[in-house]
Amino acid sequence: MITKRIIPCLDIKDGRTVKGINFENIKDAGDPVELAIEYAKQGADELVFLDITATNEKRKTLSELVTRIAKHINIPFTVGGGISSVEDVSILLNSGADKISVNTSAVKNPQLIKDLANQFGSQCVVLAIDTKFEDNDWFVYLNGGRVKTDFKTMDWAKQAVALGAGEILLTSMNNDGTKNGFAIDITKQISEAVNVPVIASGGAGNMQHFKNIFKNGKADAALAASVFHYKEIGIPELKTYLKENNIEIRL
Amino acid sequence: MKVSIVKYNAGNVQSVLFALERIGISATVTDDKEVLTTSDKVIFPGVGEASSAMQYLKSKNLDELIVNLKQPVLGICLGMQLMCKYSEEGNTNCLGIFENHIKLFKGDIKVPQIGWNTIYDLKTNLYEGIKENEYMYFVHSYYAELSEYTIAKTNYGIEYSSSLQKNNFYAAQFHPEKSSDAGQQLLENFIKL
Repeated sequence: MITKRIIPCLDIKDGRTVKGINFENIKDAGDPVELAIEYAKQGADELVFLDITATNEKRKTLSELVTRIAKHINIPFTVGGGISSVEDVSILLNSGADKISVNTSAVKNPQLIKDLANQFGSQCVVLAIDTKFEDNDWFVYLNGGRVKTDFKTMDWAKQAVALGAGEILLTSMNNDGTKNGFAIDITKQISEAVNVPVIASGGAGNMQHFKNIFKNGKADAALAASVFHYKEIGIPELKTYLKENNIEIRL
Repeated sequence: MKVSIVKYNAGNVQSVLFALERIGISATVTDDKEVLTTSDKVIFPGVGEASSAMQYLKSKNLDELIVNLKQPVLGICLGMQLMCKYSEEGNTNCLGIFENHIKLFKGDIKVPQIGWNTIYDLKTNLYEGIKENEYMYFVHSYYAELSEYTIAKTNYGIEYSSSLQKNNFYAAQFHPEKSSDAGQQLLENFIKL
């Protein structure tokens, strides 16, 4: 059986890991490579690195950091943040990234998803969606959650998968940073509506939250940052707990 | 120990190079006929699309070269699929080292399969020290059917070949270079063959 995946996320700014609440109040959280090695040792199934400054400050490549990470860890990892062209992706994949994620640039230019899927294969194209529930529906936000769009999250997810996205990384801005649990409803709706894996993100505070997002939210993977960074949840304990709750997990 | 990685247009080459570095092997990425044929071991990686990869291999005469290699060869992911006879992806006639056909996953499952799945019914020295039902990392939409060459099986909606072997040719559908300690063990085993 294929397992559910536990994915620590490292937000990167100027080559350092950082963490904010609701995308704001950024604090230093350590060296990304050291953290990555530690997570891999603890049994993380995959890692995600998001350059949170990239879109705003138009900073391009993380290629040096990506190469350092790729040299040191033996599990897959995704890199995202400010990726807006086939060339950006080519550089990151050649530096050793396994997958890349696109967000703002894909909304502005959906053709990018198709171009990336054609060139590199859907398996390495992760569509990241920052979503917020308001006015009775889930909407897509851009630029790290600063800019609202009129796109409904469900419509965009379906369109992106049709264009060739191989995975969806869904972050609920209502939940992110709250530690009150993942957004179960929208994750479940998206997971049932598309035929690619869905990674749930935003809101992890305890181990039950992970159980709930897998059992009730139908997520294929769950991503979290601060609970792992600040060692509030240990990955080995979390995975043991999930296994005990009859969730397929790699131990 | 001279280890070469086949250079072509569908490589996850960096990851494989780094994984080999971690076990103390400095490999060469090349499409040079002389270098490939005189290597002790050859790795044929691959992430991408079958028909364009085959077209490229043919244009460089790498197709003939690969099937005639005499030393241990390890195909990974698309590399393994290209070593089979035929792939549904782009209706592609492949290298034909293994008789297997490559088919698209169907049914009530997510495609591509992305993530960790178990391998079982392990055979040959490639799996020395790797336990039954070990987890490996998979990313693929197409699979190889079971056959007499199957040396590891995996189930994803259907039971299929996650690894194949015939004479000096070995292949894995999963990514040993991304499969943590067990994947590293497999690479070490391959280097020792």
